[in-house]
Amino acid sequence: MNIIVCIKQVPDTEAPIRIKADGSGIDDTGLTLVMNYYDEHATEAGLRLREQFGGTVTLVSVGAERVKEALRTGLAMGADDALLVSDPALAGADHLGIARVLAAVIRTLPHDVVICGKLSTDDNAATVGAALAEYLGLPQATAIAHLDVDGGGAGAVVHREVEGGVEVLAVPFPAVLTVERSLNEPRYPSLPGIMKARRKEIKTVTLEHLGLDAADVGMAAARATLVRLSPPPARKAGRIVEGDAAQAVSAIISFLKDEAKVLS
Amino acid sequence: MDFQLADEHRMVQATVREFARQEILPRAAALDHTPVFPSEIIQKAAALGLMGMVIPEAYGGAGMDPVSYVVAQEELARASAGLQTIITVNNSLVCDPIFHFGTEDQKRRYLPRLSSGASLGCYCLTEPAYGSDAMSLRTDARREADQWILRGTKAFVTNAVEADVCIVYARTGPEPGARGISAFIVEKGFPGISVGKVEKKLGIKCSSTAEIVLDGCRVPASNLLGEPGSGGKIALTTLDGGRLGIAAQAVGIARAALEEATAYAAGRRQFGRSIGEFQAIQWMLADMATRTDAARLLMLRAAYLRQQGTRYTREASMAKLFASETAMWVTHKAVQIFGGYGYIQDYPVERYFRDAKITEIYEGTSEIQRIVIARNLLEGHA
Repeated sequence: MNIIVCIKQVPDTEAPIRIKADGSGIDDTGLTLVMNYYDEHATEAGLRLREQFGGTVTLVSVGAERVKEALRTGLAMGADDALLVSDPALAGADHLGIARVLAAVIRTLPHDVVICGKLSTDDNAATVGAALAEYLGLPQATAIAHLDVDGGGAGAVVHREVEGGVEVLAVPFPAVLTVERSLNEPRYPSLPGIMKARRKEIKTVTLEHLGLDAADVGMAAARATLVRLSPPPARKAGRIVEGDAAQAVSAIISFLKDEAKVLS
Repeated sequence: MDFQLADEHRMVQATVREFARQEILPRAAALDHTPVFPSEIIQKAAALGLMGMVIPEAYGGAGMDPVSYVVAQEELARASAGLQTIITVNNSLVCDPIFHFGTEDQKRRYLPRLSSGASLGCYCLTEPAYGSDAMSLRTDARREADQWILRGTKAFVTNAVEADVCIVYARTGPEPGARGISAFIVEKGFPGISVGKVEKKLGIKCSSTAEIVLDGCRVPASNLLGEPGSGGKIALTTLDGGRLGIAAQAVGIARAALEEATAYAAGRRQFGRSIGEFQAIQWMLADMATRTDAARLLMLRAAYLRQQGTRYTREASMAKLFASETAMWVTHKAVQIFGGYGYIQDYPVERYFRDAKITEIYEGTSEIQRIVIARNLLEGHA
């Protein structure tokens, strides 16, 4: 089975985020960047399909040269190959632009299934996977929490967690799947896997290689522009209730009833 | 001169740090309060390749270099020194001597199972009456046909309770001191070996420490490790590597104390401001950080020298000496910064303080390290 996994490098969710003074983006100096957590689950899903059906897992990403670090994490987990699209002309591209680039790369690779994370933790758009399926002209199932590929590898039955229940879908392969974190528990890269990943060559391609024009996928094609980033409002200081226990309890109860409105 | 870790070292660091954060840290306090052998974590560590880190993949190891080894050990010890003890002993004191001194057959028989977590190793050198004076050990090995018969008691054996593969040093010849000593690979399943008194310790509580009793234990001749009479050399060479693991443990403990104390100093308010604004606290933190960094650099240098294949006995002893005394000093200051909260078990620093002490004692006390360093300095000057 030819398995493609799309991954993105994002700031570590535990790292403190600083926004550039002009609000145009985040200041990434000294920022720890990691593979998007949902993409770890996508990689794990790909590796499990390979264990079940044989074949290869190829990682694909779009971004700067340092995205290779995130690709190496996936190689260390056990993926076979990795490919990066890196081109300065992609600065300012929107989600649809990125999806078009991914579609162009994936068309050059044999693919029975394409797996993405449900969303990336940096901008929470949950757009690229769905758009990618459209550009590739493939069926899609998004935010899957359970994956059951039939014995012949011709298609899958997937579960989606929807409000108040579970939606069960059948999709024929090739298809694009985006995955929920509850789908699986990603493995840690093994230490020998890290060594192998380090030696592996990661191919880099540009828009020109893919026959794409920056005007179609770069900033000029973006249908939405980032106006401004701002930090969340600072948390208000807590209130300390003075007085003896009986007074304090009644003060807190009236606060919970009248202001917080969590008691009636 | 390059003070950066190489890419692969940073990947090892990131992987083991994440593993420690997810799998070890949430259970570290419980493993100290109610010590049980953390077999589930050890199995996961084995799957990562942490049980036979520098052993080549051909023998089931992870094929990593000594710098990766110390970087990983620091991360493990940052989360739980007790857990790291279990792992570093298996690596440095059991896998290493089998790899360096074992026959091809011994390597094939023991390294894959020790690296995969199927087996656990322990190292039996110390005896109740011979600690720092290990080369005077009295455990006796007598040859009978194709077997050796071992008699004696080994003390303070880490992993003694759970281990099933033991490196045992015993006297095989009449020569005094190191020359009469040989090393053996003894399985717990051999007749005549048993676990004696299990010790209750100040720290590193989730690793077991016990006596190993050899009462006419029958060991096949094929399990003699190295040449007869080479046991002293094997023991000392092995301890050079072991000291890298203990230096890393001490650096990990010191870093844990420094990180906790820094966060506490920034958050704890007294006299209307955070205590980190007081110079008395700032000076402690500055000294803690400086010493921890220095200890780490000594550790990395010793590991680097080992990687280069040069002799690193002195540097390993320096790293172990300085890092262990640093861990003791830094954890002592961390308890002071926490004040009363540092003395109770709700916060981790009292655990770091108790765990730190062993690093000044085992695999050669600080006094023994100074002897090693001084003798090394004076070599060739006589």
